[in-house]
Amino acid sequence: MPQTFGFPILTWITFLPILGMIILALIPAGKDELSRDASKKYFRWLTVGISFVQLVLALVIFGNFDYNLAGINDPNGFQFVEKFTWIKANLPMVGSINIEYYLGIDGISAPMVLLTTIVCFVASFTSFSVKKSVKGYMAMYLLLNTAMMGCFVALDFFLFYVFWELMLIPMYFLIGIWGGPRKEYAAIKFFIYTFVGSVFMLLVMVGLYFTYQIPDPSNPGMMMHTFNLVAMLDPANIVPGSIFASIGSDIRLIAFAALFIGFAIKVPIVPFHTWLPDAHVEAPTAISVILAGVLLKMGTYGMLRIAFPIFPEALGYFQCWISTLGMISIIYGALCALGQHKVGKRDLKKMIAYSSVSHMGYVMIGIASMRPEGITGGIFQMFNHGTITAMLFMIVGVIYDRAHTRGLDDFGGLANKMPIYTGLMTIAFFAAIGLPGMSGFISETMVFLGSFQTYPLNTMLSGLGIILGAAYMLWALQKVFFGKLPEKWQGPWDPTGKLYKGDDVNAIELTALVPLAVVIIVLGICPSLVLDLMTNSVNHFVEFMKPFVMIGGINC
Amino acid sequence: MTAENLLCMALIILLLPLLSFTINIFWGKRLGKKPSFAIGTTALGIDFILSCVVFYNKVFGSIETVANTDGFFKIFANDTMVQAKFTWFHVGNGGIQLGLGVDNLAAIMLLVVTLISFLVHIFSSVYMHDDKRFPRFYAYLGIFTFSMLNIVLANNLLNMYIGWELVGICSYLLIGFWYEKDSAANAGKKAFLTNRVGDLGFLIGLLMLYYVFGNWMFDEVFPAMNSQDLLAALASGEKTLPLGMNYGTYLTLAGCFIFCGAIGKSAQFPLHVWLPDAMEGPTPVSALIHAATMVAAGVYLTARIYPMMTATTMNFVAFIGAMTAFMAATIAITQRDFKKVLAYSTVSQLGYMVMALGVGAFTSGFFHLVTHAWFKAALFLASGSVIHAMHMSMHHAGEHHMDPQDINNMGGLRNNMKITYITFLFVTLAISGVPLTSGFLSKDSILAGTLAFADLAGGLGWLVPIAGFGAAGITAFYMFRLTIVAFHGKPKTEIAKNTKENSFRVVMPLVVLATLSLWFFYSFNPINANVGWFYEKVKMPAVTIPAEYQRPYMLPLQQVEAAPAEMQTGHEQHHALTEYEETMHHFHVPAMILSLLIAGLGIAFAFCVYQFRVFNADNMEKQFKKLHTFSFHKWYFDELYDATVIGFILFLTKVFSNFDSKVVDGLVNASAWITSRIGKISGIFDGVVIDGAVNLVANTTGALGGITRKLQTGKIQTVIIFAIIGLITLIYVFA
Repeated sequence: MPQTFGFPILTWITFLPILGMIILALIPAGKDELSRDASKKYFRWLTVGISFVQLVLALVIFGNFDYNLAGINDPNGFQFVEKFTWIKANLPMVGSINIEYYLGIDGISAPMVLLTTIVCFVASFTSFSVKKSVKGYMAMYLLLNTAMMGCFVALDFFLFYVFWELMLIPMYFLIGIWGGPRKEYAAIKFFIYTFVGSVFMLLVMVGLYFTYQIPDPSNPGMMMHTFNLVAMLDPANIVPGSIFASIGSDIRLIAFAALFIGFAIKVPIVPFHTWLPDAHVEAPTAISVILAGVLLKMGTYGMLRIAFPIFPEALGYFQCWISTLGMISIIYGALCALGQHKVGKRDLKKMIAYSSVSHMGYVMIGIASMRPEGITGGIFQMFNHGTITAMLFMIVGVIYDRAHTRGLDDFGGLANKMPIYTGLMTIAFFAAIGLPGMSGFISETMVFLGSFQTYPLNTMLSGLGIILGAAYMLWALQKVFFGKLPEKWQGPWDPTGKLYKGDDVNAIELTALVPLAVVIIVLGICPSLVLDLMTNSVNHFVEFMKPFVMIGGINC
Repeated sequence: MTAENLLCMALIILLLPLLSFTINIFWGKRLGKKPSFAIGTTALGIDFILSCVVFYNKVFGSIETVANTDGFFKIFANDTMVQAKFTWFHVGNGGIQLGLGVDNLAAIMLLVVTLISFLVHIFSSVYMHDDKRFPRFYAYLGIFTFSMLNIVLANNLLNMYIGWELVGICSYLLIGFWYEKDSAANAGKKAFLTNRVGDLGFLIGLLMLYYVFGNWMFDEVFPAMNSQDLLAALASGEKTLPLGMNYGTYLTLAGCFIFCGAIGKSAQFPLHVWLPDAMEGPTPVSALIHAATMVAAGVYLTARIYPMMTATTMNFVAFIGAMTAFMAATIAITQRDFKKVLAYSTVSQLGYMVMALGVGAFTSGFFHLVTHAWFKAALFLASGSVIHAMHMSMHHAGEHHMDPQDINNMGGLRNNMKITYITFLFVTLAISGVPLTSGFLSKDSILAGTLAFADLAGGLGWLVPIAGFGAAGITAFYMFRLTIVAFHGKPKTEIAKNTKENSFRVVMPLVVLATLSLWFFYSFNPINANVGWFYEKVKMPAVTIPAEYQRPYMLPLQQVEAAPAEMQTGHEQHHALTEYEETMHHFHVPAMILSLLIAGLGIAFAFCVYQFRVFNADNMEKQFKKLHTFSFHKWYFDELYDATVIGFILFLTKVFSNFDSKVVDGLVNASAWITSRIGKISGIFDGVVIDGAVNLVANTTGALGGITRKLQTGKIQTVIIFAIIGLITLIYVFA
């Protein structure tokens, strides 16, 4: 195992939360009020500790990442690889089942690993506001953490699928138990929606398994079927006459569409998005943060890692449609977010949820362009949307914890009451509308650069999203912070002084918000910190896809 | 001076205001008012001194020509521009470059921006003295100056775009500085969103350029537009343009799209509506941002992309500018708010500059930008002085309901505020175009430029000088209306009667700015600017697009005769006279006489109506009721946009939100409902039919069981066999 310096770092970063879960299970929840409070404290800080170690591990990966390796379809281009046989069984009639425990990262997954640890770390502070059965919550939180990380590091389709499904379970409970008034509805909706996508994915996965075969390392001279995602990118491994064997056949197009829909639900792309506003509105703050910050990225990551490169010619066939769907998502999401102005309950959280739909649309038009600028911008936008939207949801959480309402019309004039909070929110909002000096500007601009070269018309229409995006963001900023403070918030938030001493954000909230603000600004000035991770991989990816897809503009 | 030193200085100039911002935003509150004022002002003072050094060395001194491409910063210096470039980040096989450059244009703008910003810093210490967010104000001024310098010192369009967005946000923050007032918060939002529309055009223009050239550096993109390789590749179809357009259309559209940015930022028709509302911001901000510097950035941008403007683009620019100049002037006549009059006057003057660039009078347009910056900043600061005095007077009288900005509440201020009055009067003369002022020089040459354009273009081209001269006359009229109503006559209120002249920190900037509006700073000949240093140092840049897309009369004369179709390298064009320039010289004297006459008429008319009351203003208002209301309501642009664009978008948001919650989500819920119904039906089916059948079978089996009981082998084995069959089936399905 090269580059792992004798330490299975990816396994550790993935399964550390499980270890945390076990420790957590051993700590008694406490019998009386006092010991219960004490153990709550342990649970919380344990989660913070685990997430922090993960973050450190991610930084170690970041520091030791080899920028010259590309990955994508080259097994030797992956880093920190761990690979051994996990399940190997011979079954009558079916043949052998070969599932590998195959972890590794390249330029596409490295930023996602970094993002996951950052978001999980800050969200663990946000989780402090959860008061009900903290033990269960933290256990689920850690499980979710493992599942998400696993998705980004798995290079075996079956393993990926296991993590993908594993993620549903904690998410379902986190929304269903610790959520808002309509939590059951939202949780079930989330579950079923995503599950439908998983079923599509499962069917394609089985088909792919029987389509590809590689030499069996344990039986020289024999071939075996495989779930190896890297091997699936080599046409030489296709079994002639198998289900997905003939490039360009209808069945491959259908398989691509199925896989695409499976991932599109997660992104979410209009029209598969309606689970998102409900899930966000009902989920507790930290879970919204994770949901927007990391989970949505799995959809686009899955496309880049699995759907696009395995079915490149099908992408070529649907490419224009995908770009158009991205464009529709941008405008549709933005209009719905702005629609919170006139229609519905004028919920700040819902507005931000819709803005996610819009912002993930940028990722779609970026990666659909198949230009290096577009894909780099798309991945960077995934990263930036993760940090920026995480910050936005936290900000909503801060105000909701105090006022127990998120209605846009319920506020006004908070700028004088909570100046530090206002400053942080201004940073987050300006980052979301793509102000230069913040990371969102670079990713948006790059997405446009790439997209314009392949689909100029779609890109120009998507540009309207910038105007609408500024409109809803500034409108919300004005509603919440400017104008006069309503009568009912004149006094302190918490007259007893137990929960909140001052009016402004407290230390825990600051610990969660400030790192994100720093990341946003640092990456806005020095984007190469993250961009350099992916440059080689993206170039290699484009090179790989080139024969099959449309790439516009100057020669790359 | 070496190129490195010059660039170092430019970098320091750029970063000092950012430093001031950082200190003031984080520690301003703790430091208190005086230190935050001192920090901001010192930073800008140093900035100004350094700018003087840079200006002198670049414009009048000599910079060695170097090309040092070794380090991270690649330094290039030639006669036109001294610049540094570096790669910001890599993408694909290339990289995105940023950079910093100083040419004569930038050097002059540096002076304008730093001096006005410095004076505004001083002025604000009095004007904003009682504000509780005083340090915040200085922080914003700092970040604004930084962003503006970013535009000024850009040697590529990306840097400009970055500065562009940043000044937009600063403008948003400063307009909405008193955000407790809804009107201020709304005005900030309106300004930002209106600008965003223009910015989208700018962005699309950038994307179009990148599509072909993969770069945004001025000195790399513009020369490439006429390269043989590109033209050959386009002709052979090896290279295609977005949406399959031809090269001429491409260049025209790219130019027009980038110019959209200028339409937004420089408040040109039809996106001018935000600027008058922006007067909600504190008056020093209006002087700095919304009169002298930021709004002129659009003109600066247009000047920067001059080398790539096709004939069509230039016509577009010219007509937009002429339209704006005239329209805004007519609106300014009837406004009652002191600052609104000045705001529309700014829009009108910006229209002038844009028009000048559009007709081809490059130097005149840029010259007007500079002269206008001084006198308009002076006008705004003077209005700030007046408003501040009115405020103070109101404060003493305990009056809180009067509008201190309404000119009908003023009158007779000249007795109480002598210095303010004299400076105001002088700069009013400058904006009206009276000889011995800078405004006369620049306005006159613009008008000569429009006449030359009309003469050469003919036809509808004559509308441009008509609008130009019309606006000149109207400008003289409304500016003197303002002066007379506010400063002359008897005080109309007690408040106005008790005003007092402001302190040194307020009047000093006024005097400095008014002095800069004297002619001899630019040309010792008070009626001809062509002989001054400005026209010598600021030359029209070489246009680098193929000759066929340019105006024929803008091409250098001898080359047109020699080989019209031949590609020109551009460098020789520099000093070759064009037909246009010749015509412009020819029209110099007629334009001067005509403009003097028209300005004189405007001034005389204003005196007749408001000073000597030969005509009664109220009667005239009634007589031209329809025209008056049309002008007073600003040509109903706000109402029009509310009803059309904004109304349409709000309608769309409603439609989409309802569609989302009713149709899309409805379908989802409906499918869930149907599934659960099917589940129920199948449950019933299960209970009645299947279970019934099973029970039937069971009963039958039970009956048969009695018979077969004896045949029964071991139960366990059977179960295991069935279990294995089941497992294999499952694996097969899920494998």
